Amino acid sequence: MSTLTAQKRPVSRPQGRPAPELIFGDLWEYDPAPETADPKLKARYELFIGGKFVAPKSGKYFDSINPANEQKLAQIAHANAADVNAAYAAAKKAFDTTWGKMPGKERAKYLYRLARLLQDRAREFAVAETLDGGKPIKESRDFDVPMAAAHFFYHAGWADKLDYVAPGRKVAPLGVVGQVIPWNFPLLMLAWKIAPALAMGNTVVLKPAETTSITALKFAELIQDAGLPPGVVNIVTGFGDTGAAVMGHPTAAKVAFTGSTEVGKIIMRSLAGTDKKMTMELGGKAANIVFDDAPIDQAVEGIINGIFFNQGHVCCAGSRLLVHEPIAERFLAKLKTRIKTLRVGDPLDKNTDIGAINSKEQLATITRLVAAGVKEGAKMFQPACSLPAKGYYFRPTVFSGVSMSHRIAREEIFGPVLSVLTFRTLDEAVEKANNTAYGLSAGVWTDKGSRILKMSTELKAGVVWANTYNKFDPTSPFGGYKESGFGREGGRQGLLDYCKLA
Amino acid sequence: MSRLPITKTPKVYVGGAFIRSESARTFPLQDAAGHFFANIPQCTRKDLRNAIEAAAKAGPGWAKRTPYNRGQIIYRLGEMLEARKADMTDALAVGGATKSAAAKEITATIDRLIYYAGWADKYEQVLGNVNPVASPHFNFTVTEPMGIIGLLAPAEVPLLALVSLIAPAITSGNTVVALASSTQPYPAIVLGEMLATSDLPGGVVNLLTGFRKEIVPTMATHTHLRAIAGVASADERKTLKLGAADSVKRVKLSKTEEPTDWFSDQAQSLYDLRDHLEFKTTWHPIGA
Repeated sequence: MSTLTAQKRPVSRPQGRPAPELIFGDLWEYDPAPETADPKLKARYELFIGGKFVAPKSGKYFDSINPANEQKLAQIAHANAADVNAAYAAAKKAFDTTWGKMPGKERAKYLYRLARLLQDRAREFAVAETLDGGKPIKESRDFDVPMAAAHFFYHAGWADKLDYVAPGRKVAPLGVVGQVIPWNFPLLMLAWKIAPALAMGNTVVLKPAETTSITALKFAELIQDAGLPPGVVNIVTGFGDTGAAVMGHPTAAKVAFTGSTEVGKIIMRSLAGTDKKMTMELGGKAANIVFDDAPIDQAVEGIINGIFFNQGHVCCAGSRLLVHEPIAERFLAKLKTRIKTLRVGDPLDKNTDIGAINSKEQLATITRLVAAGVKEGAKMFQPACSLPAKGYYFRPTVFSGVSMSHRIAREEIFGPVLSVLTFRTLDEAVEKANNTAYGLSAGVWTDKGSRILKMSTELKAGVVWANTYNKFDPTSPFGGYKESGFGREGGRQGLLDYCKLA
Repeated sequence: MSRLPITKTPKVYVGGAFIRSESARTFPLQDAAGHFFANIPQCTRKDLRNAIEAAAKAGPGWAKRTPYNRGQIIYRLGEMLEARKADMTDALAVGGATKSAAAKEITATIDRLIYYAGWADKYEQVLGNVNPVASPHFNFTVTEPMGIIGLLAPAEVPLLALVSLIAPAITSGNTVVALASSTQPYPAIVLGEMLATSDLPGGVVNLLTGFRKEIVPTMATHTHLRAIAGVASADERKTLKLGAADSVKRVKLSKTEEPTDWFSDQAQSLYDLRDHLEFKTTWHPIGA
């Protein structure tokens, strides 16, 4: 306790003065609380094609490393065009012979099985997800894995009720769907993609991100355990070349992509001469808007969650804080105090708030954009927390004095970096919030109901969180306006993107 | 000696006004018998940009009209066309339509407008919904218009096809810039005159005449267009999709080589309306 007294805290305070903020940071020594469940990793993961694990035709493998300590976790197969061909052939055969003909109520049972099998092995999957991607175990345990299971459970129930998806019309599956998913929520994005596609009667060729393939391949084990007909789900791992082969394959009736706007545009261009259906779930630069009548403490928590959830590797992260001028100074002070309490470090520790940055490349991107923020004259704040010696970590960062023209206010950083801007009127807040090429999400914090509905109407974003942030649910459609993409995932609206109308 | 009639100078309807192309270019249109009929504005990419600007100005006001009001205005459009059937019959006759063929196309067009007028205050109830999320939040999904839509009308069925593309887009509050049939542009000129006398605010529907090869490339890349729809050839589809990628535009095109039966009930649908909508989901905590 000697460290506390060294901070010269006042022994008593004059009446009416607010209580001083608690000082955490490194002053409080937490004992390590690592999650110890066995992730049951294999030394080497093959491709999953036609219901079997098969070696890649290329004979090539690459290492998947743990970004928290840079140690190798497993070898992953690198699929080439011939492997992708084989995956599509298996998916086409499954669509033509089993899955496409199966009554919806039977498809439903397979999806229910997958949900249950994932719930059974939830902790094992959570540890694997954290090891492979660097996210805090409390997030993979309490969010990623349960939400992935929930997506299968929700969509399972749709499989025999498809007559209610599009009133007035009959729906039919498209065929084989090619899907490419990102590294920020590896298992959850797999669930978002596979569950609706399968419920509708399609078969799938899915490519996980190269830094986070492990949980997708563990999920392939569940597919075997559930007894799905061979070829209904095929998983091909690899780099951008594998992804391009999945997106461009002639057998794909539809492609679904989640990732950066930059890559989304490349895919759109590459498919311009085809009739493939597409859905694109791309980047964002969300505004989180705090009015002067907002419940301040709740709003601070919401802003923290909005930008630091999953190290800020979230396409809908609230990366621009727009705060009402009358409370800006007070709000920023509270925010900084709260940030000092965030615990950055070992993702497997149950107390960790901010884990490891997913890859060396992403760390470099964040570092570069933060340097641009400093260079352009914004004021940077970082808490003085210590970081582990090995692994990829970045301190939670807040920029104040940011203007709309700064790169850190315009470009998606995809890291724990918040840019703070101010506004005076509602119209100015709307103007600033909408002044971006993106339109994925937005947050509004105010006590006034009519203002919430006004803001929700004016904001050009596919998801608006009012007095909350980063909430997700299988029943709730998610997706963007403008350059954040098109199509929705989740809910009734999401299902419609995986069928054709008869 | 018989009286010499006054011929009409065809002008396109843009931003609620009748204009000639900024380029001052025209192209001659022959009637079905091969005689000179009139000089039609040959709109340029600059005209397209001006039309998009007009559509942008009209957009917020049109989207804020109540669905009931939009429904009545589109119904009024039907009234205008019904009252001026004779004018439109003459316009279609320029392209060679017989009296009975023109009557069939005009009545189908009126019925199409009435179909969409009725959707204006109903589609939201069918397409949107409350989502039963597993947390204490009230969560609902509503639709919103996308913004400005670029439309490409096919050569054939010059009135019905054009209106079948325009109506589902404007019913929900979008504004449109449409390139009329390049071989039979005259019915679009007359349609503009009917729009002007309906209650549709200027700029909601902007009609251009001219050549597709001049308009399509700019329509593909103009970043203020949020979506492109209509009928296009294979080459045009590729151009439009390539350009659309630059700003992630929504593209919904049917194929010139697979003609649509515009008279069929299949050519009108809630889902054509849905193609020009965005879905917005709002979350709010439930608590004291």
